[in-house]
Amino acid sequence: MQDLKLCAQDNRGIHELEAGKDLMGWDEVTQGSVLPSFEGDASNIVHLKQEERCYSDFNSYTATVASWRVKKPVFNIDVCIDCQNCWVWCPDTSIISRDKQMLGIDYDHCKGCEVCVEVCPTNPKSLLMFAEQEELETALSQWPEKKKKEK
Amino acid sequence: MAITSVKNLKEFSTANDRFEGAHTLCPGCAHSMIVRELMNCTDDNLVVTTNTGCLEVSTAVYPFTSWDTSWMHIGFENAASAAGGAEAMYKARKKKGTLKDNDAPVKFVAFGGDGSTFDIGFQWLSGAFERGHDFTYICLDNENYANTGGQRSSATPIGATTSTAQAGTHSYGKKEKKKDIVAIMAAHGAPYVAQLAPNKWKSMAKGFQKALETEGPCFINTVSPCCTEWRFDPKDTINITDLATDSLMFPIYEIIDGHELNILYRPKNVIPVEEYLAAQGRYKHLFKPEYRHVIDQIQKDVDEYWEMLQRREEARV
Repeated sequence: MQDLKLCAQDNRGIHELEAGKDLMGWDEVTQGSVLPSFEGDASNIVHLKQEERCYSDFNSYTATVASWRVKKPVFNIDVCIDCQNCWVWCPDTSIISRDKQMLGIDYDHCKGCEVCVEVCPTNPKSLLMFAEQEELETALSQWPEKKKKEK
Repeated sequence: MAITSVKNLKEFSTANDRFEGAHTLCPGCAHSMIVRELMNCTDDNLVVTTNTGCLEVSTAVYPFTSWDTSWMHIGFENAASAAGGAEAMYKARKKKGTLKDNDAPVKFVAFGGDGSTFDIGFQWLSGAFERGHDFTYICLDNENYANTGGQRSSATPIGATTSTAQAGTHSYGKKEKKKDIVAIMAAHGAPYVAQLAPNKWKSMAKGFQKALETEGPCFINTVSPCCTEWRFDPKDTINITDLATDSLMFPIYEIIDGHELNILYRPKNVIPVEEYLAAQGRYKHLFKPEYRHVIDQIQKDVDEYWEMLQRREEARV
């Protein structure tokens, strides 16, 4: 260890240090960076729902990717059968599902990939894509009728 | 051992997500489906290490992290040895009784892309398996170096065009076959090795749980369709995975203790490989008459491999 310290002094140039320049040696640099996901105790978070957790500012839950979207999925609760297909395959953790019930879409984290619409098994689909600027009420009023089986 | 129920999807959906959104993976990326499923299928504390790759650069964009568990990234290749080191330290401290909570169950998981598993990190992976650390290694196999612009890796299948094995007038893309990583890892004598796919969520969750429960090094290769480099519409991620498993390009099976092979999914109607290839832009050139023989070659290889798997399942060797 002693040798390492001497080596470090050589490395940063002892003369420059004496001249008053504030250079940092390789042994003083912080190794990597540490980002705490939560404020305070995080030992029990697996039993807490997302809204009950105390996220720190470093957690990407506090960030948004809504600007990535050109189309947004709209959820129609009247048609939904709570199969949870959209929950298991959503790549962005954007399906809000609580106590076995699908409640809606987290528009802060949704990127509009349309996977949820594709895996929705109901007829008509309970999730459909609409233009980003469309109001939710107008979207719901345009919902298609049930398709009849073609014989 | 606390485990989330995966009896049906409704039960499974009561799990509280520990992988947050607003990571910067592409829309429709299968990586995050697989990672979410792993984190949801257990209640235990997880220590996750990640190789450099799409998953690492997208989930830890400074100053944000998408991980609600202990997560570490060191270098391109060493997720396996980082997980192994953390596990060895955990065991030693548990023995000494210097942990904060000595009884809390902790599982060690390492993630790697196919580049860092098949090529760059293979030595580290093989070493960690030889030393027998108690951890699970999950390979997110999207068949190219997607993070750096889609170069060929040894996981790229024959005939696919990549930025360093381009199809054109003189070439049909990559000319070499894909490495059989599952067989290689099974040959290490690992207690649990499997190939799983995100569209079969139940077999995947069960496989993850089995791997986490099993003591010793476990390896899981998961298919992760990459909409950018495989060139398909992001909404089709699950449909492409369906085609992949039904055409037997990615058979779903497990190997226990290096010899006991179980096929976990048998498609009712096996579809021709052609349908799977036709759905992706990276195989578009194969449908020209002069490269037709490559499709026949792929179909022949797939059939032979499936035959081999079935025979191994029967023979138990």
